[in-house]
Amino acid sequence: MNKTVRIALVALLCVGAAACSKKQEVKPQPQQQETQQEAPAQTGEHKYTAADLDTDACLKVRTIYFDFDKDEVKPEFQQYMQCHAKFLQDVPTARMRLEGNADERGTREYNLGLGERRGNAVSSGLQANGASSSQISVISYGKEKPVCREHNEDCWSKNRRVEIVYTAT
Amino acid sequence: MRRSSRSLLTLALLLIAALVTGPAFGQALNVQIVGGTKSATPIAVVPFAQQGAPLPTDVADVIRNDLNRCGKFRSLAVSEIVEQPTQGSDIKFATWRLLKQDYIVIGRIKDAGNGMVTVEYELWDVNRQQRLLGEAMSPAATSDLRSVAHQIADKIFQQITGIPGAFWTRIAYVTMVGSGNNATYSLIVADSDGYNPQVVARSHEALLSPKWSPDGTRIAYVSFESGNSAIYIQNITTGARQLISGRAKGINGAPAWSPDGTKLALALSYTGNPEIYVMDLGSRQETRLTRSLAINTEPVWAPDGQSVYFTSDRSGKPQIYRVSASGGTPERISFQGQQNLDSAISYDGKQIAMVQANGNVYRIAIMDQSLGGQVRFISPGPIDESPSFAPNASMLIYAATDGTRDVLYAVSNDGLVRQRLALADGDVREPAWGPYRKQ
Repeated sequence: MNKTVRIALVALLCVGAAACSKKQEVKPQPQQQETQQEAPAQTGEHKYTAADLDTDACLKVRTIYFDFDKDEVKPEFQQYMQCHAKFLQDVPTARMRLEGNADERGTREYNLGLGERRGNAVSSGLQANGASSSQISVISYGKEKPVCREHNEDCWSKNRRVEIVYTAT
Repeated sequence: MRRSSRSLLTLALLLIAALVTGPAFGQALNVQIVGGTKSATPIAVVPFAQQGAPLPTDVADVIRNDLNRCGKFRSLAVSEIVEQPTQGSDIKFATWRLLKQDYIVIGRIKDAGNGMVTVEYELWDVNRQQRLLGEAMSPAATSDLRSVAHQIADKIFQQITGIPGAFWTRIAYVTMVGSGNNATYSLIVADSDGYNPQVVARSHEALLSPKWSPDGTRIAYVSFESGNSAIYIQNITTGARQLISGRAKGINGAPAWSPDGTKLALALSYTGNPEIYVMDLGSRQETRLTRSLAINTEPVWAPDGQSVYFTSDRSGKPQIYRVSASGGTPERISFQGQQNLDSAISYDGKQIAMVQANGNVYRIAIMDQSLGGQVRFISPGPIDESPSFAPNASMLIYAATDGTRDVLYAVSNDGLVRQRLALADGDVREPAWGPYRKQ
């Protein structure tokens, strides 16, 4: 839905601009600049829009890593809980899928449970920061979707992760 | 074990039919037997006499490999078989006593017309000079000679050990070829020695946890083809498939057939964490067996159907528990080792195989109830999992990693003889040993 909506909006803007340009060529542009400038001026009050997903440094982080056999969201990832939660609040139509993953140690079915637990931990972290549970779904792939396949901690640490996937904005 | 030392008996790669379901050829596994045991019973299986055109199968060789890989027998190498008797009256017992053989098997393959052959075999006790078995098998197509050979191996095994043989059985497993978005997962059914692979199901998303119905006609498994995990039951002959649990929320995993085939234990997490349920396959009604906020998964039935073993990390780390099949308070079963997961129970309920983790080493352990809960390891690790007993518990099959490859090992119950089953260019995992065959 997100892309379609965004394309539609852009199309509308273009139509509007084209329509306006016949009479007043300059007017629409200052209006856009005004709204863009307004946000950074009042820090914290900035409302995210769908476009921020591709540009905002915090929102661009979509992978949360975990310690072995653990599902706590580590302190260094809390900032991402905050910005993604704020995004979900600011864009109520946004929907997110949390994909939980595990490293190769432990059986496949048990790791499905571990991956889900990690997905749920990120979901709780987002909700603690104000996101609505209705915007979030959790799926576990266990150890079925590793990003690397070596038998060492460096590789394992890359596989113990939750991937944040936006399915709508 | 390493890939560099793979002096494997490479089988012809069969054409991969691009069928999603139904019988089709799978990619053949490479098969290699490693290890051996001095205490195993020595037996000479003499090449079977045969007239006419060469046959696709060396029957004596299949019997030899069966007997070798179960760990209870040590068959005489073909190069040491100095005489080739084909009738009982031809056997010079002094020769075989000199070769320190306890038993000798001889046989004959006769043309039965219409592309069929009849295999006759005899089992003799060398020391007593006594015939223990002598039989003509039913006429069989030459393409079915491996099955005939496995059935003869089963009879020899039973005659000498007193336990039914389980060579004429099948295994199920999952292969993965390619990676990422190009990965293809196949659920395969093959002979217990890895030959004759047939594709049961194929998907671009993960397949796991295949489990045989007790009558060997169907396999329950987990597929991610819909995006989330879902449990299916598929008839391996017709390909007909039923969706058993496909909730959008949570895990639909870990199916396990009750011994009478009427129920399926499952792990479902739609309430928030995985819990064990039992579904009556007739009414589709679910009964919840566990209540804890932990991960509860990998159910497996006791052979009497009265209780269900499962994995739970309610104590902090995963361990094996047992609960009555009608519910109640679970009892912890495993106490040795940092973690214990994914149990499998022998047909008589006396042995429980499990994955035991100590540090980063995951090995297959067998807990023998008659030995007071002591465990013994039958695999070297470091990432071994999915133990599954042969129906007579003389062997197990499990999954292991070899470099960045997933491979299978069929191992004798004492852990001394292992047979490696690997795919030339892919992963093999999630093995499940099927029940005794009737046809």
